[in-house]
Amino acid sequence: MTTESHPVPVLEVHDLVRHYRLPRESLLAEPGHVFALNGVTFEIYKGKSFGIVGESGCGKSTLARNVMALEPTDSGSVKILGKEVVGLSFDQLRPLRRHFQMVFQDPYGSLDPHHNVGRIVAEPLAALGPISKAERESRVRNVLQSVGLKPHDVSKYPHEFSGGQRQRIAIARALITHPELIIADEPVSALDVSVQAQVLNLLKDLQDEFGVTYMFISHDLAVVEYLCDEVAVMYLGEIVEKGRTEDLFNTPAHPYTRILLDAVPKPGSGQKRERIKLKGNVTGQTERRVGCSFQDRCPMAQDICREVKPPLSPVAADHLAACHFSDTVMKTG
Amino acid sequence: MSLLSVKNLSVILATNDGPARAVRNLNFRLNRGETLGIVGESGCGKSMAALALMGLLPERSETEGEITLDGENLLEKSDAEMCRIRGNRLAMIFQEPMTSLNPVHTVGNQIMEPLQLHRNMSDSDARAETLRLLDRVGIPNPKARIDNYPHQLSGGQRQRVMIAIALSCQPDILIADEPTTALDVTIQDQILELIQTLVREEGMSLILISHDLGVISENTDNILVMYGGAAVEMGSTAQIFDELIHPYTQGLFAAMPKLGRARARRLVTIPGTVPDLISLPAGCTFTDRCPLATDICRNTVPPNVEVKAKHFVACHHLDEARHRKTEELFS
Repeated sequence: MTTESHPVPVLEVHDLVRHYRLPRESLLAEPGHVFALNGVTFEIYKGKSFGIVGESGCGKSTLARNVMALEPTDSGSVKILGKEVVGLSFDQLRPLRRHFQMVFQDPYGSLDPHHNVGRIVAEPLAALGPISKAERESRVRNVLQSVGLKPHDVSKYPHEFSGGQRQRIAIARALITHPELIIADEPVSALDVSVQAQVLNLLKDLQDEFGVTYMFISHDLAVVEYLCDEVAVMYLGEIVEKGRTEDLFNTPAHPYTRILLDAVPKPGSGQKRERIKLKGNVTGQTERRVGCSFQDRCPMAQDICREVKPPLSPVAADHLAACHFSDTVMKTG
Repeated sequence: MSLLSVKNLSVILATNDGPARAVRNLNFRLNRGETLGIVGESGCGKSMAALALMGLLPERSETEGEITLDGENLLEKSDAEMCRIRGNRLAMIFQEPMTSLNPVHTVGNQIMEPLQLHRNMSDSDARAETLRLLDRVGIPNPKARIDNYPHQLSGGQRQRVMIAIALSCQPDILIADEPTTALDVTIQDQILELIQTLVREEGMSLILISHDLGVISENTDNILVMYGGAAVEMGSTAQIFDELIHPYTQGLFAAMPKLGRARARRLVTIPGTVPDLISLPAGCTFTDRCPLATDICRNTVPPNVEVKAKHFVACHHLDEARHRKTEELFS
């Protein structure tokens, strides 16, 4: 990559906070809040893939919506190509949207069934201002070709395609403005294994060809390992561990990461591996707590975890973890 | 004698575009206390096979063949007889615990229903048994949870309630159709562990249906791999993962991203997409996507060859499939 001498982050997220207000339960009580994002900070460099993993309720989709400026953010900053997008109005955002596009999880719900493929794919071009019909058609043709669809598919409708092909259409729509950043929220979870592999390889090829940067959200650790250069693990609206994929997967420094990795069933490993198990499920999005967010489910929680919140601090080169006992976790690897 | 034996089972669904053979000539046996995994992608017929066992197929469908439970053919039973077998001897856990539980009844009432219907329990007995079952499936504080509605429980807890309902009449066979697909990995781990423990302790047989080779590999004794409604490979779990033979099984395994594998290597992909059941070839259902396919595959159903003790593969090109590496096969 030519950017190595002067790395420019394509996306810089700093201390992003988003709390949703719950309906009042009584006139006198203060309304509760869902603490969906509690200060998330990371950056992604050009041409890299950044994975975000975590269980449902950890705030990963809220993060995607906030980075895409699809909903108001409480505080913090999101800079795309160095330009702040938090606090911009819809009209101010519109010309910027060509730089960041999104691929959604469900290829059945994210494509308008009344529009043909040509219209669906060309829609983001509206953000670029008026362009000629010939220009639009040639761009649609090119982008369809690069995702492996045929030129005559433009006049077909979404229902004529299988799930994997629909996801290709969704990717083509995201690519047509030549964005720097594509945010993909669980793009392959709805697909069959054999088709999922095709879409994952396509995402890799497109990155090699166009140098796009991915922010890739998934609950599937194996998929993230395959596609991403860097990974952040989220728990209750915070990043609890972040680092290069190989470091984080080989020597996890947070007990939650270790447990997530252990919980993935491995084909051909024989029955019942020895592993740490996790009790309960993600709870506590609606309360402010003292100490570590993972304390209730952590098998190694001590008094200090209930009193002092561990900061996200370096445990190795380019490897951060928020745990009082990350040294112990890394040693037991 | 096997507890359950399925012989030449076919399920034909009447659709607007013509008959679709969702299951074709399926054969397998299940002994008491054994676990069988059925693996395949969407549309491979694994759920239809399960519904056929339960006698819950959609109305516009036909079945052929035999499903024998303890010497009795279930396909010849009347609806009333099936009602007595379902729940009592065969029980099923479905994929989506939110849609398979009734949102307007408390979970307690839903667990009590089979107890009162099948085991003729009184209200108070059924309630006491329900509390015991909720505790058995690991729901904390059952006394408070029994009067909860499904929306008040988390996904994992709802699936535990489904398991409690399935267990309520001590069935011989538990059929779990993608029981953890809608759940997070850590919760999936808990639920699979629970199913394993219960199956072992209650001496049930288990049919576990999943698209995830990892889940199947860790939780079953035997595996049946299905594609396009037909069984393509069958055998003991250890044996199959030791040597994947059928081109489809090889491709499916290679297409799965696996933890701890070098990132530089590309995933193997099977060309094309999951087939449409109406226009499948008459012979091997994998013909259209198979790199080894020849004319014989399209027209002749491949024989089920026993390559090793109890390891069956249905393929015309066995030798080639065995001796070529997966990466060469799908490149």
